[in-house]
Amino acid sequence: MKNKFSLFIIVIFLSLCFVIFYKGLNTSNNYTPKVNEKKNIPTFKAKDFYSNNYISSDKIFEENIFYIVNIWASWCVPCRTEHPLLMQLSKNQSIKLIGLNYRDNFNNAKNFIDDFGNPYSRILIDKDGTLGVEFGAYGVPETFLIDKNKDIIKKFVGPINNEIVNEIKLIIK
Amino acid sequence: MKVLKIFIILFLVTSFSELKSDEVNDVLKNKILKNIRCLICQGQSVYDSESDFASSIKLIVDKKINEGLKEKQIYQFLREKYGDWVIFDPQLNKNTYVLWLLPLLLFLVGGVIMRKKLMFTN
Repeated sequence: MKNKFSLFIIVIFLSLCFVIFYKGLNTSNNYTPKVNEKKNIPTFKAKDFYSNNYISSDKIFEENIFYIVNIWASWCVPCRTEHPLLMQLSKNQSIKLIGLNYRDNFNNAKNFIDDFGNPYSRILIDKDGTLGVEFGAYGVPETFLIDKNKDIIKKFVGPINNEIVNEIKLIIK
Repeated sequence: MKVLKIFIILFLVTSFSELKSDEVNDVLKNKILKNIRCLICQGQSVYDSESDFASSIKLIVDKKINEGLKEKQIYQFLREKYGDWVIFDPQLNKNTYVLWLLPLLLFLVGGVIMRKKLMFTN
């Protein structure tokens, strides 16, 4: 009786281990921070790309419309694939795009914009990446959708695609 | 001469205390950086990593320490940005109750079993 009980416990234990490890096989071991949590935009001061003057976040997001903050760099290859979609979004009157030029060289960034077009109403310089951290970004490209209450309501890690553009269009309608 | 001596002593005391505060800040900074997970190279701490993300976090932590933020406040700031996982040392909250309490529970159960066994042999 006692042996049977021990066997039963061992079987239960091994089954439990099997289930845990089997589940572990299917889950990604790369952590992505929670992306769809509503957060207020950070308050900051940043350098304007063209004028080189410091500008505060209140001034940047002063209008009562939706904003998109897009983190980009001229050296970032996926940024090139998403750029036409950003150009497309910039034509929408109910949204403004703010570009955050991440750890980039000014001339390269300017050439990038001259070659592919400027979808941004304003470009900010993030020379050391600390502004990106204030937004909760950890790579490039990343895109944040900000609503009229100045809350970050969506965060897209990696290049945006048609599906994401349609989602954004639906939200800002 | 006496005035000069006092002046030299005062100068030495102030310069040493400045050095000390810098050292204290460096120790605190390194302690914090070793407890932050790099989200780009996820097995490493920010302290060990050379990624762009890690260097930005190093600058942010430095800035926050200079602004006078305490260790816990800096962790809280990073938690708000990246979630609990960014800190190696997990906090006690509803998601980590099992993690913190299971070893204690196992210890207690083990204790009870041992006690019963001992009582049985006696």
